[in-house]
Amino acid sequence: MNAERAARWFVLGLALGVPLAILAVSWLRPAQTLELHARMAESGGWTPDALIVKAGEPLRLRLTSDDVLHGLAVGQTDWPAVDVFPGKVTETTLTFDRPGTYAFYCTRWCGVNHWRMRGTIEVTGETTVEPAITPPLYVTLGIDIDRPHPAATTPARRPSAGRGAALGVTLPMEYLTQEYYRSHAPMEVWRSLRAEPFMTSLSDDDVWDLVAFAWESNTSPEAIGEGGKSYAANCAACHGEQGGGDGVMAEALVKQLSTGMGHEAQAPASFIDAASMLGASPALLQGKIIRGGMGTGMPAWGAIFTEPQTWALVDYLWTFQFD
Amino acid sequence: MMRYDLTRLPLVKPLLKSRWPQFILTALLLAGFVFAILAGLAGTPVGSRNFGIVFVWIAWWAALMLIAIPLFGRGWCSICPIPAPGEWLQRGAVLGPQESSNDFSRSSATEVATTNVRRGLGLGKRWPNRLRNIWLQNAVFVLVALFSAVVLTQPRVTALVLAALLFIALGASLVFERRAFCRYLCPVGGFIGLYAQLAPVEVRVKDLALCAAHTAKTCYTGSAAGYGCPWQVFPGSLVKNTYCGMCVECLRTCPHDNIALNLRAFGADLEAPAGRKLDEAFKAFIMLGAAVTYSAVLLGPWAALKSAAYAIGTPAWGAYTAAFLLLIFVLLPGAFWIAVRIGTVFSRSGASTRRMFVSLAYALVPLGLAAWIAFSLAFVFANLSYVWPALSDPLGWGWNLLGTAHLAWRPYLTGVTPALQAVVLLGGLTWASATARRIAAEGLPPHAATLQSLPVILYCLLVTLALLGLLVA
Repeated sequence: MNAERAARWFVLGLALGVPLAILAVSWLRPAQTLELHARMAESGGWTPDALIVKAGEPLRLRLTSDDVLHGLAVGQTDWPAVDVFPGKVTETTLTFDRPGTYAFYCTRWCGVNHWRMRGTIEVTGETTVEPAITPPLYVTLGIDIDRPHPAATTPARRPSAGRGAALGVTLPMEYLTQEYYRSHAPMEVWRSLRAEPFMTSLSDDDVWDLVAFAWESNTSPEAIGEGGKSYAANCAACHGEQGGGDGVMAEALVKQLSTGMGHEAQAPASFIDAASMLGASPALLQGKIIRGGMGTGMPAWGAIFTEPQTWALVDYLWTFQFD
Repeated sequence: MMRYDLTRLPLVKPLLKSRWPQFILTALLLAGFVFAILAGLAGTPVGSRNFGIVFVWIAWWAALMLIAIPLFGRGWCSICPIPAPGEWLQRGAVLGPQESSNDFSRSSATEVATTNVRRGLGLGKRWPNRLRNIWLQNAVFVLVALFSAVVLTQPRVTALVLAALLFIALGASLVFERRAFCRYLCPVGGFIGLYAQLAPVEVRVKDLALCAAHTAKTCYTGSAAGYGCPWQVFPGSLVKNTYCGMCVECLRTCPHDNIALNLRAFGADLEAPAGRKLDEAFKAFIMLGAAVTYSAVLLGPWAALKSAAYAIGTPAWGAYTAAFLLLIFVLLPGAFWIAVRIGTVFSRSGASTRRMFVSLAYALVPLGLAAWIAFSLAFVFANLSYVWPALSDPLGWGWNLLGTAHLAWRPYLTGVTPALQAVVLLGGLTWASATARRIAAEGLPPHAATLQSLPVILYCLLVTLALLGLLVA
């Protein structure tokens, strides 16, 4: 073989060898490793935004951000969120036990459309037991969550569960049941208590303290703590850390929505507004959280929060009204 | 000036005369180059995990700026893969002639003509006379530089740029004779040529008289032993490294063994007054301006500047572009022209300001190389650790071929890098100042030469201080 021919074979070998080596290694590489890119919603959100995996099989994800810091969490689970850094790869593995459709979402306030950064994971497999579907309480109660719900009366001072307990009044059990607590607005509780004959010696504000006591009796420090974490991670960007509806994204969100709708959009709800909050039942707040606000920037969290997480969040919202 | 012919060392000449080492290196690099393109197109878009970005802009750039150019000048050009496919097609061979020049020395002049017939593809046209300069190279470099923030970080863009270079080189080889792309278009080759003047190696003829008497000029026309100079350079007229690709084709074709690969002092070419031109002078300004701009954009703390450089097509990017062009084509040359003019007036030399402007601009060559080395030291050592994961997982597909895929990023030599940068920049300033003084002294008495060069030295000092501020402070 002359030198020129040998050199040509060498070039040909390289030309074929490089792609063949890539194909060979691709074939041998571990299965189901998926690269998931995070971008701000304006730039496309998650890519891909629809994943499919079989139940029981590990879904290996290589997460990276193409712009700013994002986070990844899967709704309806208690798996901890994973931060997704720009220009770096973070690996995580998810294994789903049950078939179904799960939502994954961004957990970092990456921009005004942060809440739009969502995707789905379809977990396939044979379902052995159909999960029972229970409609949320606001549906069962037939509450129209879009109707205004102002409280006719508001307390002169901030109600305190501690003061309510110190009054030494024994409330009838019906006021302390979870069913009653979740289905009645504080205003309704106050009105019912006010009408009770044994309350005549108490002032209006004392009765409000008893309403706060009824709220505290239906929650726990753990639930308040969990709700507080959910609020800080998911709600405070718009509703504000102090619940005033003035979060860091609020102004930009309203501006953006107003531009899109052609009229002034509704600002994020203020949880420190007593008239609005004391007229809303926990069931109504649960509905707002699950379904989202029609025509406002409030996203639907039904696919994200589990039921206990939603109730914990509702319990936490009352801390903006009650001590 | 002392020179030592490296071909006197055993094995060096056979190694250079044989086509195999150069061919194998080029072919392997071409495979790596094509792989970088494939990685950019099909691999992960995360730059720090993509072979295309990591090996081109970190590993290759480090090797080029910190080793290849300072020590070997155009050594990289002799094994560069970009022109290889076009050259192979042009020649109709990938390896080329195997007959040695010693065999050929016994051939007749008639054989010269018959063995030099082109067998490959291509039109073999001459490069237009009006474009026989490096203005086009300057323009292509500036064009790439304007998009560099994106090119350097986005694998797909890098892949497109690399592929474009490959296809332009291929096209140039099929239309024009020899390595027109390398000589007149390659944006990298332009600055390598400029800074190759500083390298301690050169290809030169041993005996000019022997060269002049050799009527066949096989080093330029080619012979059965090899091709005529691909860079369109007659070795007998070489006074500087700028346009010598160090392919050593002339070493193979010279029947009289009259070509030397010399070891010499650093920067020897700057002492030769011949061949100084305005296009090369502007290349020095462009490179200096680009080093300043890159230091500010890529390493500086100004988020708005960084964002503007990335936001291609926006008004902010337009402003960035205007500022960059203003800096390299107006501010830097303008201030330099004023410095030269002040020197001319104070020295009362009566020298042409234009001529002195062009000549003294060569003092910026060592300063520019120092600036680029200092800039490269910062980002290369900061990012070199990306090489290990990219080796194991070059496409970012989750492979772990060598077990290094999960090695975390960590910057190297952070403690000493600023000191190294300062030493390099101050060394560059000293070298530039000495060069300016020596160039001024070429036609002036010592006192006038000092006065002529002082404003230029002050100019170099200000640029160095700016770079020290950007890179070290």
